[in-house]
Amino acid sequence: MMDREVIISAIKEVAAPYTQDKEALDQLSETTSFITDLKINSANLVDIVLDLEEKFGIEIDNDSMAKMLDVKSTLDVIEAKLAEIDRQ
Amino acid sequence: MTNRVVVTGLGVVSPNGADITQFRDALKNGVSGIRHDLQLEQLLFSCQIAGKPVIDAARISQYFTDLEIRNLESTGIIYGVIAGLDAWKDAGLNPAPDEMPDWESGTVFGTGTSGIDKFRGAIYKLDNLQIRKLGSSIVAQTMASGVSALLAGKLGLGNQVTTNSSACATGTESVLMAYERIKSGQATVMLAGSTSDSGPYIWAGFDAMKVCTYKHNEAPEKGSRPMSATASGFVPGSGAGALVLESLDSALARGARIYAEILGGHVNSGGQRGEGTMTAPNPVAVQRCLSKAFKDAGIQPAEVEVINGHLTATVKDPLEIQNWVTALGRSGKDFPYINSVKGMIGHCISAAGSIECVASVLQLHEGFIFPNINCEDLHPAIEMLIDPERIPRVCLQKDFNILVKASFGFGDVNACLVLKKYNDG
Repeated sequence: MMDREVIISAIKEVAAPYTQDKEALDQLSETTSFITDLKINSANLVDIVLDLEEKFGIEIDNDSMAKMLDVKSTLDVIEAKLAEIDRQ
Repeated sequence: MTNRVVVTGLGVVSPNGADITQFRDALKNGVSGIRHDLQLEQLLFSCQIAGKPVIDAARISQYFTDLEIRNLESTGIIYGVIAGLDAWKDAGLNPAPDEMPDWESGTVFGTGTSGIDKFRGAIYKLDNLQIRKLGSSIVAQTMASGVSALLAGKLGLGNQVTTNSSACATGTESVLMAYERIKSGQATVMLAGSTSDSGPYIWAGFDAMKVCTYKHNEAPEKGSRPMSATASGFVPGSGAGALVLESLDSALARGARIYAEILGGHVNSGGQRGEGTMTAPNPVAVQRCLSKAFKDAGIQPAEVEVINGHLTATVKDPLEIQNWVTALGRSGKDFPYINSVKGMIGHCISAAGSIECVASVLQLHEGFIFPNINCEDLHPAIEMLIDPERIPRVCLQKDFNILVKASFGFGDVNACLVLKKYNDG
């Protein structure tokens, strides 16, 4: 299983091109919201999910996608998907 | 309330010059932007030559954010945004501040088919049941208003932001629509222009219709031959043109450079009645459009000194000349000078009108009449109507006051614009 810090830094890397707010990005933590803190255009949330899918080799279903509004929930979804792969 | 309307900014991305300086030099020197196109050859097009602007990645990064550049596949959007932002800067204008849009400024930026390469990629994904992989950029790059929406966002335009589409008349029509909005007092500044994608998926339909030349694949620069006896169809092109239109009061108040005044114009359609069809112009409508434009501008036909024609290098060129002769009531040595940019850049489809409007304004402002290249062998039917001396084959340095620009498009639609040199009054 992947370390949480590794996943968070991957989320940070994926989110980087979608935000103009570099300061908020530097301070990214589990409580960071993509829309209110990073000021990411809501339309770009789907792009972030697609980039994360590619990065972790996972597939994220619509219901999980809808939850991925902040770093914490995104982390949870990724961990759950990775755990599914581990079980398989 | 009616305002006088002037042109205060120009931008262009043309096959023979991707900015105003290059384009002006190319126009004056008769430089062709038509090249052999390997992709068209590989796809077995009859016409394997085309006019495409040359823009490198470094230039693109000056106009688009890194995020916008990711997955950016709509060449029409690239050309339109560059031409539009260049025109805004050329007019000495800045983007609106972050907090508030500029309610007095807007855009009419036209296009034909938008983002067709992007659309093609999306269709393949969709057919392979990968709809969720489309991401967020597909809509913004394939909606017709993608170009005006991007320009509006970059400049903070708060007045009308729209996109017109009227085939080859699009660019001239967009200028007229923007002009009307300022003239009627509903806006102070309007960015007018149009754009067209490059590439086989835009051009294939014309190749299939056999309206493009297939006789010059070995000599690309000779391929686009408006008014020539050996004209054998148009050469496809692409690019964008943009003009900043502004009320005269506003331009004077901020001490802006004034390139020209728009006196008026007219748009109409032949309704595909009489001799008009989807693809052929109704001559009665064309003549009416020109006459109505002269009337709207308050000029007499005798005052017209230069015409920038539509003149695509097809068999319809003599008919266009006949229509001008009839509408003006002038022929032989009495006919105005006439030229066509298409000899140098081909037919840039929905971008043709705006690129040609930019060329028209440059000629008027700087006092030159660019040469008609590839017209050494004037079409005999044209020579019967007007004196060959009225079709310059070398660049003429000449101050003049009135230029008329017209564009005609599929669907039997027409647009005509009357421009005047601005002389401080």
